[in-house]
Amino acid sequence: MMRAPLADLPVVFDNVSLRAGGRPIVDRVSISIDPGAPTLVVGPNGAGKSTLLRLCMGLVAPSEGRVSWGGRSDVKPTRRAFVFQRPVMLRRTAAANLAYSLAQAGVAREQRPARVKKLLEQVGLSELADRPARRLSGGEQQRLALARALARDPDLLLLDEPTASLDPAATRSVEEIVRTAAQSGIKVVMASHDLGQVRRLAGNVIFLVRGALREHAAADVFLNSPSTPEAAAFVRGDLVV
Amino acid sequence: MQNGLNAWQLIATGDATLFAIVRLSLIVSLSAVAVAALVGLPLGAVLALTRFPGRGVAVVVLNAFMGLPPVVVGLAVYLLLSRSGPLGSFGILFTPQAMVIAQAILIVPIIAALSRQTIEDLWLEYRDELTAMDVGAAGRVATLLWDARLSLLTALLAGFGRAAAEVGAVMIVGGNIDGFTRTMTTTIALETSKGNLPLALGLGLVLIALVVMINAAAWSLRAWSERQAG
Repeated sequence: MMRAPLADLPVVFDNVSLRAGGRPIVDRVSISIDPGAPTLVVGPNGAGKSTLLRLCMGLVAPSEGRVSWGGRSDVKPTRRAFVFQRPVMLRRTAAANLAYSLAQAGVAREQRPARVKKLLEQVGLSELADRPARRLSGGEQQRLALARALARDPDLLLLDEPTASLDPAATRSVEEIVRTAAQSGIKVVMASHDLGQVRRLAGNVIFLVRGALREHAAADVFLNSPSTPEAAAFVRGDLVV
Repeated sequence: MQNGLNAWQLIATGDATLFAIVRLSLIVSLSAVAVAALVGLPLGAVLALTRFPGRGVAVVVLNAFMGLPPVVVGLAVYLLLSRSGPLGSFGILFTPQAMVIAQAILIVPIIAALSRQTIEDLWLEYRDELTAMDVGAAGRVATLLWDARLSLLTALLAGFGRAAAEVGAVMIVGGNIDGFTRTMTTTIALETSKGNLPLALGLGLVLIALVVMINAAAWSLRAWSERQAG
């Protein structure tokens, strides 16, 4: 599928900090997230992965520094989509959840049914279209959340540990959807604490410790010859605090 | 026992006077719920979604007003609508319209306070997702009202129950005029004081049966809707 140029990319963090109660959650991060293979954000719990993604989405504003999308910092999030670790489904059917997202993305009413059908096929939920979304299993809800994000036809798809509470089978189908999305040209940025997932999906890796950027490298470089002791310990599976 | 039998006979024979009284009661209380919903639901939504100085006070006052004494509301509406009052020129004191106004004022706080709580809880849950979908203010209110519809139905029922059961406000502003502003509750009060217990008891049974039926209908709607959309 041919896509329009990715207007929201690159996402550039220019010395960005976010403080809560004086404590830095994200600490002076400068980084450029460019088009290409998925970027995985890794690090121990509390490293600031979720907050980095929220800054990427524009859900929170930095305390200091500047985030820009395609060179501009006042871009509304119409070309971006976010999948939360525990997505919240509207109290409607699976299909209606997708129709809602399409409506918010400005898709004309008469085009929505066909798009809903296609999105449900894309995530393998066609049979569950008329089920109440909140009655779906965790894995099904996560796939529906992905379809809802893809309904926005995003340049940038942000995923906050989408497989953290899923079993291996559900994790595999979520990863398959993410991989397909990335291959269609969508820039995927995904938080994870699972090194196996990094091996399976990552083009490059952002490694955070206590809110600070420790490493930003191609996935094979990060996994095979990390340049900081913390990253080396993390890749070995040691505890990093 | 004798009284109970007479009450059932009145109901069974479809007494015309009884029917007119029941009909007026339903029209007044359901109209009051409709009017109060138009004011109370948006008011609850605004209080749930906005932050302004004095909001805490507004919420406390609203919650306290859930227990407004009907006679006091009746008196206030009476003073407003009486010929020398500020709205006296409308000439609607001692009419069903005045009764609707009094009952609506009585239940706006109930509907607004309950919907404020419901919508605020739902907003906490939906906030991240709706923000990520870039939903505007009007869209948020519409989404929350729609998705909270089952809980809001309970708020409307609470309002209806209060309106249908109260006697003080409609007595004062309606005047309990035979064939014109006489409702089930005012008739029960009147007939009891006159010693006509069969009619009073019959009406009491009808009133309770109606409230149960309306709640059963709402419960079925809710159960059906939950199966449809969770």
